[in-house]
Amino acid sequence: MVAAERATGAVAIEVRGLCKEYKRGVPVLRDISIAFPDRGITAVIGPSGTGKSTLIRCINRLVEPTAGQVLFHGLDMVKLRGRALREARRRIGMVFQEYNLVERLSVMENVLSGRLGYVSPLKAWLRRYPPADIDAAWELLDTVGLTAFANQRADALSGGQRQRVGIARAVMQHPALLLADEPTSSLDPKTSVEIMELMTALADSRRIPVILNIHNVPLARRFATHVIGMAGGHVVYDGTPEGLTDDHLKQIYGGEDWLE
Amino acid sequence: MSATAGIHREWRRYTPSQRLARFVLYFGLVFACVVSLRTVQIIPEFLYDAPEQMADLFKRMWPIDWAYYPKGVHEALIETLHIATLGTILAILMALPLGLLAANNITRNAALNYGAKFFLVSSRSVNSLVWALLFVAIFGPGALAGTMAIAFRSIGFVGKLFAEALEEARPGPVEALKAAGAPWTSIYLKGYWPQVEPAFWAIALFRWDISVRESAVLGLVGAGGIGMAIDSAMNLFQWERVALMLVAMLVVVIVAEVGVTWLRKKII
Amino acid sequence: MTGATLQARPPAFLPNWPARLAWIALAIYTVYAASLLDVTWARFVLGLEQGARFISRMFPPDTAPDKLALLAKGLYETVEIAVIASILGILLSLPIGLLAARNLMPPWVTWPTRLFVVLCRSFHQVIIAILFVKAVGFGALAGILALTVASIGFVAKLFAEAIEEISMKQVEAIRATGAPFMNVITYGVMPQVLNRFVGFATYQFDSNLRNSTMVGIVGAGGIGGTMFAAFQKFDYDYLLTILLAIIALIMLSEVLQNWIKKIYR
Repeated sequence: MVAAERATGAVAIEVRGLCKEYKRGVPVLRDISIAFPDRGITAVIGPSGTGKSTLIRCINRLVEPTAGQVLFHGLDMVKLRGRALREARRRIGMVFQEYNLVERLSVMENVLSGRLGYVSPLKAWLRRYPPADIDAAWELLDTVGLTAFANQRADALSGGQRQRVGIARAVMQHPALLLADEPTSSLDPKTSVEIMELMTALADSRRIPVILNIHNVPLARRFATHVIGMAGGHVVYDGTPEGLTDDHLKQIYGGEDWLE
Repeated sequence: MSATAGIHREWRRYTPSQRLARFVLYFGLVFACVVSLRTVQIIPEFLYDAPEQMADLFKRMWPIDWAYYPKGVHEALIETLHIATLGTILAILMALPLGLLAANNITRNAALNYGAKFFLVSSRSVNSLVWALLFVAIFGPGALAGTMAIAFRSIGFVGKLFAEALEEARPGPVEALKAAGAPWTSIYLKGYWPQVEPAFWAIALFRWDISVRESAVLGLVGAGGIGMAIDSAMNLFQWERVALMLVAMLVVVIVAEVGVTWLRKKII
Repeated sequence: MTGATLQARPPAFLPNWPARLAWIALAIYTVYAASLLDVTWARFVLGLEQGARFISRMFPPDTAPDKLALLAKGLYETVEIAVIASILGILLSLPIGLLAARNLMPPWVTWPTRLFVVLCRSFHQVIIAILFVKAVGFGALAGILALTVASIGFVAKLFAEAIEEISMKQVEAIRATGAPFMNVITYGVMPQVLNRFVGFATYQFDSNLRNSTMVGIVGAGGIGGTMFAAFQKFDYDYLLTILLAIIALIMLSEVLQNWIKKIYR
């Protein structure tokens, strides 16, 4: 509703007229149009069931949109098939709420699985990743502080550690865009902040725009550079975190009790 | 709360339609049992005679002819083990693709799904002895027929359990690999396979264990292994030798189970 | 970020030597065993030819009325054997399984019981069938007894294991109410294991049905005898009819089983 002017005007990805109905006649996303900035962290906030997760997943087509376009680097993601879709997807990294690591594989294998879109299946099976990839993997493990765990099984790690591996895996793709579906919802408050700080640091140093959905408003305010507020399947706020007033929040979430 | 005092509240464990279904089931079971007992042909004299006959049989089996082992039994026993192992290996090779086709989260095409499931069910419906008969007719008597019989019988078992393990795999990691743009083969190798691997080995070992038992009797229809030795000994009424072979089988089965349990702990 | 921090890194993947050796051993074994059993390509090709000839003799299946009548009789006896053996075996497995549970019974009870159950399981149903045929003569009785023994070996074992996995807290709670032993079993133990027991029972019935189709081969009643006779008389088209009937029977029983499972859930 309130579209803020952005300094650069450059767009990471644009969604036009996006609609999604899981059941006929029950739309979850109603005609969403957003131009996501290609810098910094964009947080999508809103109550449960309002389609935040659906929106994120429509971007890389883990969920099929019912109508609309998703414009990414000149291509409409919705129309892509097969190989073209894979090639588009490997340019988009994704972090999940439940980490989605392959538990029985080692941390190193999980991080390297971010390169599976670039490495042939045979090489992947024989674990012959290019040396450049392996170096990059070590570097990332250093950055997220998990070098010592490289050869441990993923299920030996704590929740916060697993999410770091998930982030490392997504960044291994050298993506042009990073999506995150409730990355902190399964973590305790302290770890949530650490993860958000990690994502911010990586996004800044590697210049990767981040789109994440989150239901913790204080966290969103603290770390986001741009905020999209959703309610009832519509976008009701599209601007800076500073401009997000209590009135806006009431409009998004309804009720006053939860506001401080 | 006095407002509810006058209302008679019933506590029932099952809804009326559930109770009807359970009643039909009980009735059906009892009916089947009664009908079967009435019409099955059991000659009463044989029934009364049974304990005496069994005692006579056991008497004839004693003392066990241990000396016969190296000549008549050892080789047959080893052959039985080879039949079981090779048959299981063959079965696994054939069951892997079938299991993939039968898993409805991997193969979306319903026709392929049902086709694969049909093969798996048929393989399981035909008993290993019957498979052995068929293969003896095709390949002639001997261990080859036995191996093929074990292989074809086991495909259904391994394939079905493998497909079920695949269907129970967590979709999360698979989704993550899909989102990273991985090709299907890589998704399978790095997303599904690591999840089902422990179950797969457990299934393979379990099936090998059962196959050892089944291989032992295939010889009764001429498909090699110790069954053939048992068959000839029985035809010659050499019960002490039969007893020896039974004990040998027992030992092999126990050793196999112990071995399988140990291996399972190491792998999983 | 790179460059100055170039250090010697540990290997990215630790090779799993035991696993690798095991794979190599497996490959070597396969080749060895295949040669031992004379699994040569020539035999295989010959076999395919024979197989084709064999299959052509099986088609079309024999549907003469007297043959079908014989088939029906044999199938009926097969089902009877399976039903009686299953019910008998399952009924006996309940107390035997309870006696074998180490968390409910003292060792001097569980050890002999478990030994008995192991013995029941160790021998193939056909071997047991042969022994019973020698003991009680040809016919359905031998088949019933053999499958009963096999059922006990399976169901009692799994039942005992299921009991050993239950939460003893519920049992303690019932005991604390002062209930007599049988009530403790009924209200404390059984609710926790009943679902699984039903699963074992239906599995065992299915298994018995499959096995009862072939205990006849050694004379213990059922369609197996008819089938073996057809085989020896080279009556291959009749053999196909019998096989198809057996497969149909088993599929029918699977459908029935799924229905039963739904009711008990």
